Amino acid sequence: MVDLLTIIISKYNYWGYIVLMMVGLYAMIVKKNLVKKIIGMSIFQTAIIFFYVSIGMKKNATIPIISHGHDGGERAVHAVDFINPLPHVLMLTAIVVSVATLGVALALAIKVYRQYNSLEEDVIDSLIKEK
Amino acid sequence: METIVSIKPFLAVIVSILAVPLIVSTRRANFREGWTFLAAFAKFSIIASMTPLILDGVEIEYTIAQVLPSVAIKLRVDSFGMLFALVSSFLWIATSAYSVGYMRGLKEHSQTRYFSFFALSLSATIGVAFSANLLTLYLFYEMLSFATYPLVTHHQDMEGRSSGRKYILFIVGSSIGLVLPAMLFIYHMTGTLEFANQGFIAGIVSPKLIWILVLLFVFGFAKAAIMPFHSWLPAAMVAPTPVSALLHAVAVVKVGVFCILRVLTGVFGTQLLFSFQMDTILLYLASFTIITASLVALSQDSLKSRLAYSTIGQLSYIILGAALLSPKGMIGGMIHIAMHAFGKITLFFCAGAIFVATGTKNISQMAGIGKRMPVTLGCFFIGALSVIGIPPGGGFISKWYLLLGTLEASQMVMLFVLLSSSLLNAAYFLPIVYKAFFCTPEESLFENKINEAPPWCLVPLTITAICSIYLFFYPEPFLSLAKMASVGIFSRP
Amino acid sequence: MSRHFPALIIVIPLISAFFIFAAGGLKKTYCFYIAAAALAISLFSSIGLLLQVLQNKVVVYHFGGWAPPWGIAYRIDYLNGIVLVAVAAISFLNLVATKKSVEKDFTEKIGLFYTLYVLFVTGILGIVVTGDAFNLYVLLEIASLTGYALIGMGTEHAPLASLNYVFMGTIGASFYLLGIGYLYLATGSLNMLDIASILPNIFQSNVVLLAFVICLTGLFIKMALFPMHAWLPNAYTYSPSPAISLIAPLTTKVMVYVMIRFLLTVFTPSFSYGSMAVSTSFVWLAVIAIVVGSILALSQKSLKRMLSYIVIAEIGYMVGGVWLGNRAGLTGAILHIINDAAMTLCVFLVAGNILYRLSGDSFDNLKGLFRKMPFSMGAFVVGALSIIGVPPTGGFFSKWYLISGGIAAGHYGFVIALLFSSLVNVVLFFRIFEIAYFEPSDCPHISDRMDEEGKIFNDAPLGMLVPLMIVAVGLIVLGIFTDTIVTKVIQFAIPGEIS
Repeated sequence: MVDLLTIIISKYNYWGYIVLMMVGLYAMIVKKNLVKKIIGMSIFQTAIIFFYVSIGMKKNATIPIISHGHDGGERAVHAVDFINPLPHVLMLTAIVVSVATLGVALALAIKVYRQYNSLEEDVIDSLIKEK
Repeated sequence: METIVSIKPFLAVIVSILAVPLIVSTRRANFREGWTFLAAFAKFSIIASMTPLILDGVEIEYTIAQVLPSVAIKLRVDSFGMLFALVSSFLWIATSAYSVGYMRGLKEHSQTRYFSFFALSLSATIGVAFSANLLTLYLFYEMLSFATYPLVTHHQDMEGRSSGRKYILFIVGSSIGLVLPAMLFIYHMTGTLEFANQGFIAGIVSPKLIWILVLLFVFGFAKAAIMPFHSWLPAAMVAPTPVSALLHAVAVVKVGVFCILRVLTGVFGTQLLFSFQMDTILLYLASFTIITASLVALSQDSLKSRLAYSTIGQLSYIILGAALLSPKGMIGGMIHIAMHAFGKITLFFCAGAIFVATGTKNISQMAGIGKRMPVTLGCFFIGALSVIGIPPGGGFISKWYLLLGTLEASQMVMLFVLLSSSLLNAAYFLPIVYKAFFCTPEESLFENKINEAPPWCLVPLTITAICSIYLFFYPEPFLSLAKMASVGIFSRP
Repeated sequence: MSRHFPALIIVIPLISAFFIFAAGGLKKTYCFYIAAAALAISLFSSIGLLLQVLQNKVVVYHFGGWAPPWGIAYRIDYLNGIVLVAVAAISFLNLVATKKSVEKDFTEKIGLFYTLYVLFVTGILGIVVTGDAFNLYVLLEIASLTGYALIGMGTEHAPLASLNYVFMGTIGASFYLLGIGYLYLATGSLNMLDIASILPNIFQSNVVLLAFVICLTGLFIKMALFPMHAWLPNAYTYSPSPAISLIAPLTTKVMVYVMIRFLLTVFTPSFSYGSMAVSTSFVWLAVIAIVVGSILALSQKSLKRMLSYIVIAEIGYMVGGVWLGNRAGLTGAILHIINDAAMTLCVFLVAGNILYRLSGDSFDNLKGLFRKMPFSMGAFVVGALSIIGVPPTGGFFSKWYLISGGIAAGHYGFVIALLFSSLVNVVLFFRIFEIAYFEPSDCPHISDRMDEEGKIFNDAPLGMLVPLMIVAVGLIVLGIFTDTIVTKVIQFAIPGEIS
């Protein structure tokens, strides 16, 4: 029992991202307001970014910039001292993608608003059915 | 059995496809018909030129494209295929001439479309005749289904629409739903689809599956109109009569029975079928169709419908002949393809001529018409003789062989079926002729003046009628081809 | 130069996007020609690459000279060689075919449209050509975002339909990213081949299994496999025709390619097909997709909507073929990627032609179309025959392999679903043929009929017809040369261990 608790607590980063992801999904599926859905989508994507960054973390390691190393960047680089920079790099790209998706989604939401004068999904659906 | 490779079979198939752009692009109607005739004559000459080789025992092959491992789109001309191809290509010439008279006589619309799809249908027919394996057979079978749809629905009215629907439903539905899985299953089990003398499936597939496969093919080739997949045929009578003549004498229906015969002899083989007693079920299916169709034909008032049901019955004669699994029966079935073609096409030509000249479609309105159209009705009489099987109609030869076949196979029930159905045939044909010629002047609905159909209609039907008589006296080369084919089918591989 | 084909193939369209954007502001007529030049170069490179692969079995390109797993490597083998050619050819043909349509629909926004078009093609080509899992995500998102924007440029409910597509598509891509994350977590690498070499040691690990499942889920959402297909009909129906004839043939089929790539190259067949239960249930899922897609297509009253449900059914064909796990099934699936892309292009181009000349594509608009637009309808007939599966079109042969695979695997449900789908397609297309062929009852004879523009024969302009004819002829050529394609290319794309 204690082992199980230890495992659960030590993997807190995974729980964090799972919770965030579920929050995002919930917002996307359940909320009726289009902007709220978009925000949910953003949260969803952020959760995954969070996951990636977290897997690069190490104990007693510092951010992967050479001058911040324990030796102040004077000696050779020990990879042990730095957290994994690759996920950070990957996530820079992913953040860009996320922002672009946000932009496209918001642009489409503006178009929807101009067309139906509402951002609530049920209102729009009833407007469509009327036509 | 020597086999040579030559491009002639391929040319025979595509010569009419090549004619289509020419047909479509000409402005003048006479030139357009000219292209059709040119294509028809070219096709017939190419096919006829291969006949001497075939009669000598040579087979001609041509591979068009290798499309699957161990299966190609391939043509092979053998005696059975040659028989069918000769009949079809010769009768196309006659039908084209007749079409000119009919379509112009009725001032039909969309004649260019009509003639182009006709050409395509004949390509597909010759393709079926010359198929070397099941895949090629299936390809040209489907091509024929789609090429004949615009012909059947030519009039583009409500009737045409519902008939077209039935046509596609029965024919395409059965080929995709029944033939395709059967073909794929056979390919999966044996790895090949080439027709062979005693089939290629023996010993590889279990008996229960053989039964299922045979039935899949027999019903899958719905163009053979075996009951209950027959109702597309009477529905297709909405087409212009030359189309019906082509469909019911030459192309579509004979393709159906040809395919069944090919599959029975080339995929399964007579020995295999005999050892699993498949002949019984096939015989009973065929005889059921023959008797029922003949009975229904008695009740039809529309001439074309009566001819349609007659065709359904006659097609099953061919199946019956093959199902007897005896050499004479096989010859009878094969040669009936030719004899029935000539006889039936004469009958349809006459029906169309009557419609063009007088506008009558129903038999009850044809009393005394013999006085007005003696030549037409005379030829109708000859065609009827051939279909019934009375000399000097050519159909007597095929019926004779069929009867001999039943004796050879000791199938007395079938002998009875053949004889009784011949009586029924007489019962639904001869009264028409009698009423047409020998009715009292009060009953006659027509004046006593002779006012025949246009010459373009009259000449072809006279020619095919004369051919029917000629074939009685001299059934070559069809009889030799049928005999050769039968020998090949029953020989040990 | 030919050494750099893998890079050129996506760099040229990418750079051209900037020029097109600039031209959109300055001189609109240049936009088309820049795009055409870029896509022509891509097509040329893709053919060159395929020829190189036929000679050398594999072509590898290290971006910036960095060797994997540190650098990004592009890897072209038999599988993506042929898909690459198909994608490049389709995007080029579609560009040429829809020129007039774009000029008519987007006169103001031509520059923007072509920019998006070229970026979309960049993304799709990149997905096919890349050998790096994360790079695939980036290109996937490039293609998806531009796709969303293209669809959103349509009429009526397009923005809403696109927004729903955004939501579903983002979930799908994010799941894929998550799966890649787990793979990275387990193997420390992002290069597909590198991952494949490390994975066999850790196949029992739950992380790998989770990565497999999550990646697949993401891909299934992106390829609109039932039950994640709901975004497709609306998105495809309301999209503008020049865009949809690009997106429809490519997006979902390329996602199937990605799935095959992951199953065969990254996870290797022994792991992917390791569990019979999983494989069989995915085939049943595909069966449901085929049946549902076909049945729903029957109840549609407009051409594009009907075609989008047919697309959903076709995805079922390919997914089922892949998960059968035997050589015939995989051959059928890969062949079907190519054939289906071609026939989807054909029918959607016809829909585009119809929309160019007529006000809508509901079945009422299609009356008498065989007389009005004979060439377009002729091509439509060829496309329909291919979708139904009539020889000698390509569609028949891919169905042949798929059904053979089903029989070999003993999965008769799949076989019956394929036959059922063929029969339903007969009904679907003959309904349209009937409407297009038979005169409406109020107008007995054709010579009296005029359409909205007062013309009887009113087919699409030559610029739209010629590429359409090329595609239609291509369908038959693909069929006749099936054996060449299979024995020269596809046969080697499938690992030897699959029988």
